[in-house]
Amino acid sequence: MNVPTMADMMAQGKQPEVLFWVGAAGSYDDRAKKITRSFVKILHQANVDFAVLGTEESSTGDAAKRAGNEFLFQMQAMTNIEILNAYEVKTIVTCDPHSFNTFKNEYPSLGGNYKVYHHTQYINKLIADGRLTIEGENLKGKRLTYHDPCYLGRANDVYETPRDLIRRLGVKPTEMKRHKSTALCCGAGGAQMFKEPEKGDLDINVLRTKDALETNPEIIATGCPYCNTMMTDGVKFHLKEDQIVVKDIAELIAEANNL
Amino acid sequence: MEKYVSNIFFAVILVAGIGYFVMNVRKLIRNIKLGKDVDRSDRKPERWKNMAKIALGQYKMVRRPVSGILHVVVYVGFILINMEVLEIVIDGLFGTHRIFSKPLGSFYGFLIGNFEVLAFLVLVAVIIFWFRRNIEKVKRFWNKEMEGWPKNDGNIILYFEIVLMTLFLVMNATDTHFQEAGMGNVISQFIAPWFDGYSTEALHTIERTAWWLHIIGILAFLNYLYYSKHLHILLAFPNTYFANLKPKGQLTNLESVTNEVKMMMDPDADPYAMPADGAEEEVPEKFGASDVTDLNWVQLMNSYTCTECGRCTSSCPANLTGKKLSPRKIMMDTRDRLEEVGKNIDANEGEFKPDGKQLLDDYISREELWACTSCNACVQECPIGIDPLSIIMDMRRYLVMEESAAPQELNMMMTNIENNGAPWQYSQMDRLNWKDE
Ligand code: SF4
Ligand code: SF4
Repeated sequence: MNVPTMADMMAQGKQPEVLFWVGAAGSYDDRAKKITRSFVKILHQANVDFAVLGTEESSTGDAAKRAGNEFLFQMQAMTNIEILNAYEVKTIVTCDPHSFNTFKNEYPSLGGNYKVYHHTQYINKLIADGRLTIEGENLKGKRLTYHDPCYLGRANDVYETPRDLIRRLGVKPTEMKRHKSTALCCGAGGAQMFKEPEKGDLDINVLRTKDALETNPEIIATGCPYCNTMMTDGVKFHLKEDQIVVKDIAELIAEANNL
Repeated sequence: MEKYVSNIFFAVILVAGIGYFVMNVRKLIRNIKLGKDVDRSDRKPERWKNMAKIALGQYKMVRRPVSGILHVVVYVGFILINMEVLEIVIDGLFGTHRIFSKPLGSFYGFLIGNFEVLAFLVLVAVIIFWFRRNIEKVKRFWNKEMEGWPKNDGNIILYFEIVLMTLFLVMNATDTHFQEAGMGNVISQFIAPWFDGYSTEALHTIERTAWWLHIIGILAFLNYLYYSKHLHILLAFPNTYFANLKPKGQLTNLESVTNEVKMMMDPDADPYAMPADGAEEEVPEKFGASDVTDLNWVQLMNSYTCTECGRCTSSCPANLTGKKLSPRKIMMDTRDRLEEVGKNIDANEGEFKPDGKQLLDDYISREELWACTSCNACVQECPIGIDPLSIIMDMRRYLVMEESAAPQELNMMMTNIENNGAPWQYSQMDRLNWKDE
């Protein structure tokens, strides 16, 4: 794949229109890497002039902050801001709602001011600007339900944008009983992703997947690599992995467009 | 002289009732002020709007339609019927009877008529509430933290309302003049026949008794508030006004940390520099919260405002899956500890004497704190703008930055971030490998 880095761009004296922040999951996690590649394919199709930081990218510090380590968070934030500002980055897009939230809400007061997009917002903008269309035949009529990531939904009130995209896919969407502002968390946030859950009688992702199964879907769509992991594990727990796939909206769009 | 006995008696209980209430309100304000400063003086128009919408308009209540609409009935009824209290106070102090009935004429009948209808509706709503709590046993009223006083408190309020509303209607039903005038006795005319065989004196005694009990009941209720979840009928207003207006996902950046991190990252800073004159005595600021006095005053006000309705807990993913964490309990614990600190100050002439206790561990366990996914469902659901998540985060900060007491796996995650810029143990040099796979 042709994925230019900011350093490459700089060497050629060029400034891309947007920085794609890949995030840790999108860079290292095998499942999430597929989302990353799908999004890059979309960016290519829409002829977006983008770049990544590559090996200069580091953790945003979100997980450390939510675990209570404000020191580590601010060290990460200031280091990242130094690099981003040195490259004169103005616009950032990311497939990770946690990075999206941190950049948008927590970096500004530390000196990092950027226009920040979640990838569903960016894709929507590409469509609105006439740079991208969704053909929509491949997924026609499939039963789909969308799981709201907490850090996109409640945390930042982005509920409609991902749904706008889903409506363009020609699928048959059904809402779960708990959706939008009442959506149940997948269980990954607040640094839970990196630890065993406390004692209880159920795992959160199992409960959330049950919500999804009640809509009898073929596809569970989401917009967060961590939700993706949690829901995928939940589907396996319910022994439904043969009937149901968990997909990111970027993957669905890439699929619809035969990318 | 004898003529004035009842007026004087009335004045005495009125002053005592209000006086005790004022004393408690002052204590309440003092306790809230034990919290750290936080600036909520910005965006005033939005704040007023929030207060009008959420506290006055109760628009978040109706997210759950049944309890929401019933609550609106009780709330509107309660406020409007209490306008009657003005008349009661004047009558009581000056020995008049229904002082407003003459000057207001038929409008008086209209007012009281409406009050009667409202009183009846309130009665019905309150009985349904009681049924939901005790017979239907709606789950959120039966969590563990609701055992004992919180459960009784919920019911006592309902009994209070039942008694007050009944007294109001009986008082009107046994007021022979009022019934004869036939204006505004919309509901009480149906109660009046119950007293048919009674003599005029007996009716008068019942009417007077109901009248006295009604006003004494109201004063008792006023003073009950401070000890009850019912404080929210007052605090809902400042609480929604001062609520956080930023996106829910935004966590504060600790300024004290910013200063230290800047120092550490500044290549010109001299780590061995002597502190500036006068700064030597400075105690390094404590990071995060282990006790109520480490929280800010809005968080403390939140705790007094909490209605213990449990909407937060019933939408909390951790609680729904059997974890110990309950955001409602976080708020109740904060209030209980704050009360304890307040009493300590009262007992020690205005000075807090260390009591070997704190909010962390003695009230809120670590297990609860680590179970939170920071999903904001509790913040979203709270009908009066309480933010339990902010307290959880401040306490995690204390655990990690002051005690280095994070769960082992989180320590590993943080070490990885420090060493290789990712929560997992992958080399930063491999960050871009995905593009060729
Ligand atoms: S933010 Fe934490 S306490 Fe609040 S609902 Fe979510 S998991 Fe529960
Ligand atoms: S914090 Fe809010 S939602 Fe939770 S119990 Fe208290 S008032 Fe109800």
